[in-house]
Amino acid sequence: MSFGPFLLLAVLEGTVMAAVLALTAVGLSLVFGVMRVVNVAHGEFYMLGAVIAWFVTYYLPFPPALVWLAALIIAPLIVALIAALTDTLVLKRLNYDPEATIVATIGLLYMLQQAALTFYGPDARPVVAPFEWRIQLPWFGYSGYKLFVVVAAVVILAAVWLFMTRSKAGLVMRATQVDRDTAQAFGINVDRVYAGTFALGGALAAAAAVLIVPIQQAHYLMGHDPLLLSFIVVIIGGLGSIRGTLVAALVIGLSDGIISMFFSPTLAKIIATLLVALVLVFRPQGLFGAKA
Amino acid sequence: MTDGAKVWGLHLLVLAAVFAAQFLLPPYHATNLARIMVLAVFAMGYNIAFGYTGLLSLGHALFFAAGMYGMGLPVWHLEWVSVPALIAGLLAGGVMAGAVGVLALRTAGVSFMIVTLMFAQAGYLTLLYLNSWTGGDEGFVVASAARQAFGFSLATDTPRFTAAFVLFAAGLLACLWLVRSPFGRVMVAMRENEERSRMLGYDPFRVKLVALILSGLYAGLAGAAYGMLFGYVGASFATIQYSILPMLYVLLGGAGTVLGPFLGALLMFYLIDITSNYTDAYLFVVGAALVGLVLFAPKGILGTLRERAWRWLP
Repeated sequence: MSFGPFLLLAVLEGTVMAAVLALTAVGLSLVFGVMRVVNVAHGEFYMLGAVIAWFVTYYLPFPPALVWLAALIIAPLIVALIAALTDTLVLKRLNYDPEATIVATIGLLYMLQQAALTFYGPDARPVVAPFEWRIQLPWFGYSGYKLFVVVAAVVILAAVWLFMTRSKAGLVMRATQVDRDTAQAFGINVDRVYAGTFALGGALAAAAAVLIVPIQQAHYLMGHDPLLLSFIVVIIGGLGSIRGTLVAALVIGLSDGIISMFFSPTLAKIIATLLVALVLVFRPQGLFGAKA
Repeated sequence: MTDGAKVWGLHLLVLAAVFAAQFLLPPYHATNLARIMVLAVFAMGYNIAFGYTGLLSLGHALFFAAGMYGMGLPVWHLEWVSVPALIAGLLAGGVMAGAVGVLALRTAGVSFMIVTLMFAQAGYLTLLYLNSWTGGDEGFVVASAARQAFGFSLATDTPRFTAAFVLFAAGLLACLWLVRSPFGRVMVAMRENEERSRMLGYDPFRVKLVALILSGLYAGLAGAAYGMLFGYVGASFATIQYSILPMLYVLLGGAGTVLGPFLGALLMFYLIDITSNYTDAYLFVVGAALVGLVLFAPKGILGTLRERAWRWLP
């Protein structure tokens, strides 16, 4: 394959990656923005989404498209429930102290990982794609499902955007983000907003995983990379700024896809992690976002 | 009895009990205890940064690994032997902590945690990337010719225990001396109120950097000793898990207490050891311990004891 088509392939792969990354990272960014909580277990919510999707598609006796759709609804719901419970039982009782919540979510990470290992096992298992359809380009064939992933991610992100900017619940969330005490004084149930935000963040990670699981396989350690990349995206985009997160997801997803195509993926990750550390040190408001 | 006498008495008593344990315990537990002592040195270093200075780092695995590879690489490529290699590891940990600290200490709180986490992750990936030099994922075995010190083989039980004990005792006494020294008080002042300390004329950046370097020296020594005494160097020791373990030990034993890291390492090691007889779900034990500690006992065992009864405990 000559350079042009090869670059096109890299860009396509990068776009798919960026779309899924944007979903995952927006969940993390939302939780940090509204609650000021760094959720280290976010990657495990993603992993749970994929594992639940496997269980749903394996045990429900419907055709592939239908079970996959069922998984896309069931997995985020279950993960949202787990997240809401975590918020009420653990994070709330820590008064959302930033350092204590990080330690607690690290604990949660290990517990969820172990639960997946015990009940799901150490194997990576595939989930059948809802449809098989190849787009034949002049140089190579490309999976139609991957393009569908991009479209689906954009639709979900647009829904989140509308929810945050147009709905009353979104307004309440933004009010809590700006000033928690004043929001409470105006009769907003801050506890419920926090539980809801944490649940929404988890659900977004789970949805991203359900989208990606027909391409990658479900595995109990699969949450590690998305967590790291989401961190990178959220920090480079500016902590708590959703617009910055989206831009950064596109840049990081694309460049990661392209760099790993031409160079070693490990080298791409080393550069990205160092970049994040340096951004936090020298430009804590992020490269794109306004002040967090 | 004055508080000073009580403090030295208690710590020397603990050291004597630990030393005597090797004659009383069966070999399996004596080896465990040697391992615990080395991990306790690591945790003591973590405690200097986190417990006393208030620097919650998620990147100490980087300093541990710097010590381990600072010892292991010269042994592998340059055929260095035990004592010079251990010193190289010690220094590597300190230098790495200094380099990370100069950058990371420009941030605080959550940013500091993420920056240290990212540096540690970059370090781990670099170990994998340079696999022709570092052995990558598989790591390498430390040559037994290098594991000789003063005519003894560190691969055998008694010299290994003694070496671990010497390092542990030196670390413990140095830590005790440090936290009772004027500089130790300034470290605590930084933890309690950085702005007020700055107003009193102390330079927070310098104090925190020195504390982090001391912490890195401990971590580096522990990493070097772990590789030397147990004969294996590998990239798995640079993973995030080895940043979490010392934090867990310190939280369990009591942050900001001299004996807390050892107590935490001892209890956690045996908690995992005993539960793994019944279930292989040991990660769950680690996770549940972390959540339980921050929820119900944020001061740890000795921290609570100091609050309730032994107010003189350093």
